[in-house]
Amino acid sequence: MINAIQDTVAVVDTVRKSSGGGGWILQEVMDSHKIDFEPFGFLNLPHLSLFGFDISITKHIFFSWIVALILIVVLFFVARSYKKSLIPKGLTNFFEIIIIFVRDEIVKPTIGKGYEFFLPFHLTVFFFVLLAGLFGLVPYSSTVTGNIAVTAALAGISFIAIQLGGIKSNGFFGYFKGLIPSGMPKWLLVIIIPLEILGLFTKPFALCIRLFANMIAGHVVILSLIGLIFIFSAFAYAVAPISVGFSLFIYLLDILIILIQAYIFTMLTALFIGMAVHQEH
Amino acid sequence: MLIGLNLSILAFASEGGGSIIDVNPGVIFWTVVTFVILMFVLKKVAWKPILTALDQRENSIRESLEKAEKAKEEAEKILLENQEKLAKADEESKKLVHKSREYAEGLKEQMLKESKVQAQKIVNDATLEIERQRETAFEELKSQVAEIAVQAAEKILKENLNKETQKKIADIYINEITKN
Repeated sequence: MINAIQDTVAVVDTVRKSSGGGGWILQEVMDSHKIDFEPFGFLNLPHLSLFGFDISITKHIFFSWIVALILIVVLFFVARSYKKSLIPKGLTNFFEIIIIFVRDEIVKPTIGKGYEFFLPFHLTVFFFVLLAGLFGLVPYSSTVTGNIAVTAALAGISFIAIQLGGIKSNGFFGYFKGLIPSGMPKWLLVIIIPLEILGLFTKPFALCIRLFANMIAGHVVILSLIGLIFIFSAFAYAVAPISVGFSLFIYLLDILIILIQAYIFTMLTALFIGMAVHQEH
Repeated sequence: MLIGLNLSILAFASEGGGSIIDVNPGVIFWTVVTFVILMFVLKKVAWKPILTALDQRENSIRESLEKAEKAKEEAEKILLENQEKLAKADEESKKLVHKSREYAEGLKEQMLKESKVQAQKIVNDATLEIERQRETAFEELKSQVAEIAVQAAEKILKENLNKETQKKIADIYINEITKN
């Protein structure tokens, strides 16, 4: 009885001591200038600057390069296998399903005519977001898309793609004129024009925040669950199975979330491009 | 790059661990660069060949399906034609068989009739001939019999006709004449 009380006090103490809450969790998911291979040490990344502008290579950039490299190598082999025969086999089959899914379920129905121009962009976005998320689940790696700067960059590229699609099919002036619904009273334009301009930016902003939050949430929950073991170190043997079990569940859920988010990011981008292309709706 | 424990960097990491929603412009820059390069490399290396291969395959599948459909239609048409032809040929052959059977029947009948007539004729001829022969034979026989009878009578007469008999006969005849 007394033991139990003492233990509880100890737990509270440790929790209070490690104030700053889950600071270590944030450090784990946040970007940094080194790649941790604890307990084996770490890899320092070089600091760079361009015109006084800090463009240091960070952990997330490093892993985004790895993701990009994996994509290029794997998809190169997939593409090469088509040279041998048009009948897919093994790995090619797997990638073909995804590529056809992106083409026929996401891009074609939302953009419609002229979708071929945007297809490489969407395929790249889909595969990049998907692999970045999945790669983030590998120990010692890091979720690239769990960095708000990365998702902001992706959303920015989406933004450019959306405007490009609109301008390409409606003309520069036609596109911006088409943003304002026709048949509006003159005085309403004062409100409508700022709203529409704001609307242009909220779409990619939502894309950015959605992907970032979804990618980071799973990791934070997993790390929190693992952290419980150390917070309740006195009952570590009792807590560990529960924590590991739950984090395993979240881990699996994360795989699902990554798939869904890759789909949603691509789908919404395609949808926005479709909306910009077909303004009459 | 340097692998090893570096305390100053560690300090920097914990120090720089500000807010989670800090947007690092350097990361944006590198992400854009990485993504754009990735997109163009993948477009050249992967998407273009893969998508053209898919298109090619889809086209070839479509074409072969169309071809198969066309071939099927053609085959059906040919089958129908063949069936028609076969039916016609069947009919024709049936007709032919029928005709030839009729012809044969007719021929048979005619031949039968002819042969019957012929046979009748032969029989008739034969009967006539037999009749004629019998008549001639009869005629001959008659004449022969008459001759033989005359000869026999002559012979008998020659042998038995002496004076007495002659006288007797003459007497008989004279008697008869006188009676009359």
